[in-house]
Amino acid sequence: MPFNPHTPADERAMLDAIGVRSIDDLFDEIPASLRVKALDGVPERLSEMEVSRIMHERAARDGLALNFIGAGAYEHHIPAAVWAITTRGEFYSAYTPYQAEASQGTLQMIYEYQSMMASLTGMEVSNASLYDGASALAEACLMAVRAHRRSKSARILLPATVNPTYRRVVRSIAGMQNFTFEELPYDPDGGHTLPEALGAYDGQDVTALVIQQPNFFGALEEVDELTRWARRNGALVIALVNPTSLALLKPPGSWGDNGVDIVCGEGQPLGVPLSSGGPYFGFMATRMEHVRQMPGRIVGRTVDLDGKQGFTLTLQAREQHIRRGKATSNICTNQGLLMTAATIYLTLLGPVGLERVAAASHARTQELVAKLTQVKGVRQRFDRPYFHECVLAIDRPAGEVLEELAARGIAGGLDLSGAYPELGETLLVCATETKNGQDIERYAAELSRVVAAARAA
Amino acid sequence: MSTTTNPSTGANREKVIFEHSRHGRTASAQIPAATKPAGIPSHLLRAERPVLPEVSELQAVRHFTRLSQLNFSIDTHFYPLGSCTMKYNPKACNSLAMLPEFIARHPLAPESHGQGFLECMYELQQMLEAVTGMVGVSLTPMAGAQGELAGVAMIMAYHRARNDLARDEIIVPQAAHGTNPATATMCGCKLREIPCGPDGDVDVEALRKAVGPQTAGIMLTNPSTLGVFERRIVEVAKIVHESGGLLYYDGANLNAILGKVRPGDMGFDVIHMNLHKTFSTPHGGGGPGSGAVGVNKRLLPFLPVPVVGREKSGDGARYRWLTEKDVPQSIGRLSGFMGNAGVLLRAYIYMRMLGRDGMQRVAEYAALNANYMMARLRGAGFEAAYPERRASHEFILTLRRQAKELGVTAMDFAKRLLDYGFHAPTTYFPLLVPECLLIEPTETEALEELDGFIDAMIAIQQEAQSEPEKLRTAPHTLPVRRLDDVRAAKQLDLVWRPAA
Repeated sequence: MPFNPHTPADERAMLDAIGVRSIDDLFDEIPASLRVKALDGVPERLSEMEVSRIMHERAARDGLALNFIGAGAYEHHIPAAVWAITTRGEFYSAYTPYQAEASQGTLQMIYEYQSMMASLTGMEVSNASLYDGASALAEACLMAVRAHRRSKSARILLPATVNPTYRRVVRSIAGMQNFTFEELPYDPDGGHTLPEALGAYDGQDVTALVIQQPNFFGALEEVDELTRWARRNGALVIALVNPTSLALLKPPGSWGDNGVDIVCGEGQPLGVPLSSGGPYFGFMATRMEHVRQMPGRIVGRTVDLDGKQGFTLTLQAREQHIRRGKATSNICTNQGLLMTAATIYLTLLGPVGLERVAAASHARTQELVAKLTQVKGVRQRFDRPYFHECVLAIDRPAGEVLEELAARGIAGGLDLSGAYPELGETLLVCATETKNGQDIERYAAELSRVVAAARAA
Repeated sequence: MSTTTNPSTGANREKVIFEHSRHGRTASAQIPAATKPAGIPSHLLRAERPVLPEVSELQAVRHFTRLSQLNFSIDTHFYPLGSCTMKYNPKACNSLAMLPEFIARHPLAPESHGQGFLECMYELQQMLEAVTGMVGVSLTPMAGAQGELAGVAMIMAYHRARNDLARDEIIVPQAAHGTNPATATMCGCKLREIPCGPDGDVDVEALRKAVGPQTAGIMLTNPSTLGVFERRIVEVAKIVHESGGLLYYDGANLNAILGKVRPGDMGFDVIHMNLHKTFSTPHGGGGPGSGAVGVNKRLLPFLPVPVVGREKSGDGARYRWLTEKDVPQSIGRLSGFMGNAGVLLRAYIYMRMLGRDGMQRVAEYAALNANYMMARLRGAGFEAAYPERRASHEFILTLRRQAKELGVTAMDFAKRLLDYGFHAPTTYFPLLVPECLLIEPTETEALEELDGFIDAMIAIQQEAQSEPEKLRTAPHTLPVRRLDDVRAAKQLDLVWRPAA
């Protein structure tokens, strides 16, 4: 049996010490009728060599496409040092830092991470991460309802420009507690939320307004106007943001006149590979006045018996293991390994590097849009400024186009016709700093061929 | 110098990364060429750069490598944390899950070009069904707590679908893990706690009185959080089912019964598994976990999406994601994509390496190690919480006698164990047992390791009698001494700021 060190002599000695004849005796409290005979449905064991062969074969089958999809997960170059260090056994196989003195590595790392995210978002305090961006948004909604004492409605405004999967997740997670979610329409030309759309809610009890920047279409929202509306109307503001973009765009701590209340988002762009959708991590930051309502772990700096600096989990009274039924959330973990990767990534890039990655991604997307709209039947769908992602309208079924591009080794974008049927045949495309001129030329050339073939057919 | 000397002890501390910053220093190999961003309105642009470290690549590597060396981990230390199942994380699980094609794949890339990955996910679903005795599995919950949320949400959806709207109460044993009641609250349910008997089993008479038309379900772990098997589980299931409620299984302790008993056979309707415990995916300093859920026929329509489906295609099979269209009564989505794919791949690889035979023996060696430790520690004079019971994969010691007679607590023992080179067991959980240590060795630990821990406990007991202060002020040999938690909560320092 793999990973089991016991020799027959070990077993004998241990059974003797316990005072039983066989290992089977250790299970004598389990009713015989429940004992399972054999595990059908589980194949025979394989050696590491044999498993390796299968995994290589399956990976080869999937291959490596040239990726132009964003839609919530972004391909960026990850410096080699990030995962070389993150997969060190001392980080990889460590547990949650409950014994602080034996976990100063992880704890100091979290403190550094919190500091970086607070600055990046322009907020006063960050937690140690949540599961992913979607569940972070759900947690932000739950937090807003808890934090906003004066609002009784548990009513949250969710623009249609917020990631559609995230909106579903919010309903699944927060929807069991009598919340109301109202959708705000978007401008059909701009692809952004019109501040005027909020007029319908003037003077009403709204607990929170969610603003995604850039929004799901890649378009830039008028964050100051939207934030000021919320303030005038007594609503809290939840900002859902892309962390790379924060190197260039105004952070939510500076939106409106004095910033937002809660910031959340998907941290994957910071040093975490695409890996078919996970594991990623969610980030959350807030004002100090709301810190006791913030879910997730938080690390604080303190001193030890000698007055020496050390780090420990703090404000644990918010968490499930203390408050149980009255906890702010049932969350038990953070995404330690991914947060570790992000901290190392942000350290290696620094303020200059992150800004350059953001700027390069923005420029590459502009080049991509320029080249692709030269293909017959392809045009830019919205006229708002965008950041590193853009919606293109196409005069062929988007799904088919993507399949044909995939056959040619290109993951061309996301077909929006499922989530936004009113837009017709559209693609959400993204190019990051990982794409160069040749990549973009190749995509344009293949798209041309695909479109021309359809015409001929 | 990367450390600062502390005048009072002479011991060094690691600087916070920001303290290494020098303005203008960069890890230039990682930085793309400059481009001037165009087309963004100036009022939406950032005015000031964020405060991020400005260091060289070597400084970064040295800093984080040194930080890693301050940690205890499975790779470096015996880590008998009860209820956490700190078994060896095979390196192959990591390297194969991180093959370039797996890590480069965008979650929304066409399924036609993800068949290799999807086949792994499908087979994982099937293997998890087989070991748990369930008929459907969703891999999407991203952690145990999300698995719990899914489980309770499915139970509530089941009752709503039958128009049985009076059922809003979840029964939870007093010894339950804190996530259980927190989950029930998140699902809009009321809680009813029932006590355990003196032998550790749930109080069945109390359960009988607690069930009724208001009962949505019960959340149980088996073996329980007290480290013992619920011997009357068949009866418990009957009582709850007859009252119209459903049974949810918290899979935290699945390692104790893997291959021996299946939760489906015990009468559970829904289970969550902790892949980061039982199936050896990495704990990572606090995540990522994965809380896959399994269901029986009753709850199959409510599984969270997406789930991998398999269709015949020519001579072979085709795999695809089943979504809300395919599972119209689904409780919905819990994650932005499909859950923690990379974690799931690691669990898949682990299960393939264990195989049928290995999976059936996990619980055997987990139980052997736990029972051996309990027997020898009791022999050395320590008090087990449930001495007449078999240990499952874990057991509880109570140090209430030491606390009363010698003034040393479970916390003190735990901190002193760190000096002996062992990570402490779980302390003060379950809350029911005073001054407790919950000890779970797991099956991957060798006899000498267990003996070393037992010897350390014996030595610490002697120290408790002769020089208790040594325990109360432990640890003495770690990078820091005991930390001031009270100050951490009162004088909140949660974000580094440059000195004024």
